[in-house]
Amino acid sequence: MEKILYLRKKAIERRKDIIKMIYNAKSGHTGGSLSCIDIIVTLFYEIMKIDPKNPDWDHRDRFILSKGHSVEAYYSVLADLGFFPKEQLENYCKYGSILTGHPTTKVPGVEVNTGALGHGLAVGVGIALAGKIDKKNYRVFVLMGDGELDEGSVWEAAQIAAHYQLDNLIGIVDRNYLQISGNTEEVSKLESLKEKWQAFGWVVKEVNGHDFEQMIKVFSEIPTKKSPHLVLARTTKGKGISFIEGKINWHHKVPNDEEYKIAIRELDEQLLKVGEQI
Amino acid sequence: MKIAIRRAIGEKIIELAKDDKNIVIVTSDARGSAAISEFFEIFPERSIEVGIAEQSAVGVAAGLALSGKKPFVFGPACFYSARSLEQIKNDVAYTNANVKIVAVSGGVSYGPLGSTHHSLHDIAVMRSISNLHVILPSDAIEAIALLEKLLSDSTPTYMRVGRNPVLVFHDQDEQKKIFEIGKAINLKKGNDLSIIATGEIVWNVMEASKMLENEGIEARVIELHTVKPLDEEEVYKAAKETGLIVTVEEHNIFGGLGGAIAEFVSQNIPVPVKILGIPDEYPVTGKQEEVLKHYGLDSKGIFVTVKNWFRKMRGGF
Ligand SMILES: Cc1ncc(C[n+]2csc(CCOP(=O)(O)OP(=O)(O)O)c2C)c(N)n1
Ligand SMILES: [Mg+2]
Repeated sequence: MEKILYLRKKAIERRKDIIKMIYNAKSGHTGGSLSCIDIIVTLFYEIMKIDPKNPDWDHRDRFILSKGHSVEAYYSVLADLGFFPKEQLENYCKYGSILTGHPTTKVPGVEVNTGALGHGLAVGVGIALAGKIDKKNYRVFVLMGDGELDEGSVWEAAQIAAHYQLDNLIGIVDRNYLQISGNTEEVSKLESLKEKWQAFGWVVKEVNGHDFEQMIKVFSEIPTKKSPHLVLARTTKGKGISFIEGKINWHHKVPNDEEYKIAIRELDEQLLKVGEQI
Repeated sequence: MKIAIRRAIGEKIIELAKDDKNIVIVTSDARGSAAISEFFEIFPERSIEVGIAEQSAVGVAAGLALSGKKPFVFGPACFYSARSLEQIKNDVAYTNANVKIVAVSGGVSYGPLGSTHHSLHDIAVMRSISNLHVILPSDAIEAIALLEKLLSDSTPTYMRVGRNPVLVFHDQDEQKKIFEIGKAINLKKGNDLSIIATGEIVWNVMEASKMLENEGIEARVIELHTVKPLDEEEVYKAAKETGLIVTVEEHNIFGGLGGAIAEFVSQNIPVPVKILGIPDEYPVTGKQEEVLKHYGLDSKGIFVTVKNWFRKMRGGF
């Protein structure tokens, strides 16, 4: 229970970072970052083997943010864990900053430059294959958006992964049912998603992408049995801030002064509540 | 007045589609960024959404074109000039399917979103694909005039525009007369040297040319909205009459407008050519204007570079 409260607190703090970064930069992808922050927190604070002091550690688990536009969530976690100084978050997207508006390897902890959707899974396959060749037992986590699954390249990589029986590869889909132009099922129908991944030879686990207990259980019980795993994480885009949750227009909307204040107030209240429980 | 070219095009295409029932739009979860949401509302049956699948968007457009439609594909230049490149080459240009690609938010106009979102290679790759025209308008008036011309031109075309509002400096009344695909526009007379530019950076060049004038340097300014086919006559004249050429573009210094001019000039009327663009690196983080300034592509930067180069070439100081 303590562990769960700790993660919840971390996630709320990260949501504050996300909002601050986007507000300062006047640029960013609010909805998607809030959607997947709980997943990233679970992976980085609880599941993955990593060493922030040694980002290139040979045996580290690898994480690829294939939905690169959720970069604020990613940078915030990396900074909090000490991959780079936290003050740098203030320079997000600013002139000359290493913190570009999509992940780049200039930032310690980032494995691959993403931002064009549909690339991460294939790169993940490559890293997973190298792990097999070198007999290293790291795992590779690739976080994708659901809209991102429109890209055919995702499915090409999915087929290769199953072909090579990459049980060290874990795909995660941030299933928030929204992309830029609307509901995923109205833009270009994705369902039945679970069955699609299964048909491609993946073992699929469904999970609530905001429930730390469930996520820890699923991620820590993934077996190594000769098939890649897909975690279908049901999420709410914009999660955690009342007027952003589930709203299409918050995909890349930047909060104005008023919205910023309300958002921070809401998050502070949430922090207070968690604090009382700890 | 400043207008984002993508918005002007988004409005114009509605007007054109009212008269021409064959116009269809294909996009890939990009109707907002391409400013065509209204088209989707007015002509739902002629609006095709393929999801985030730029390759298929171009393939689908080719199929539509081969069946008598006039498809316009709208989406970010970064994705259409890279992800869909094979579809553009084979299904569109090689097959000769009359598809027009309106590539928005080109160059570094996505600013801090970084190099995945920049397109600094697109002129180079598109220009080396046979049977494909390459057009970069400089303002809203020119863009909609050229858009209209595209309707009566059956050659597959890649038109790159930016994202942010840019000054409207072309004269509305002149519209019909001066905007022809493949015809350069002489924006300013001068015989000391020629500056040839394409796209939204043309205005920076105009401002730089005024600063040069204050220094006693009369630069001829030529706007080459059509990088391919090249207006060889105008470029030849510039080389012959001014003897020095500077090219300016929001593109990698390799293979773009500068490459096109250098190839032509070196083989036909060799004169020194200075190529200004983004150096061969992934640009610094920043807003579009910050990135351009960083690489000396704001009007002041262009002015300084051209002035120094001119003096060096002419043996002064
Ligand atoms: C290849 C490519 N095409 C288009 C885009 C523009 N784009 C950025 S985010 C996005 C929508 C993504 O939706 P989804 O994957 O569902 O992400 P989320 O809802 O988690 O934000 C699009 C189309 C892109 N980044 N890459
Ligand atoms: Mg989504």
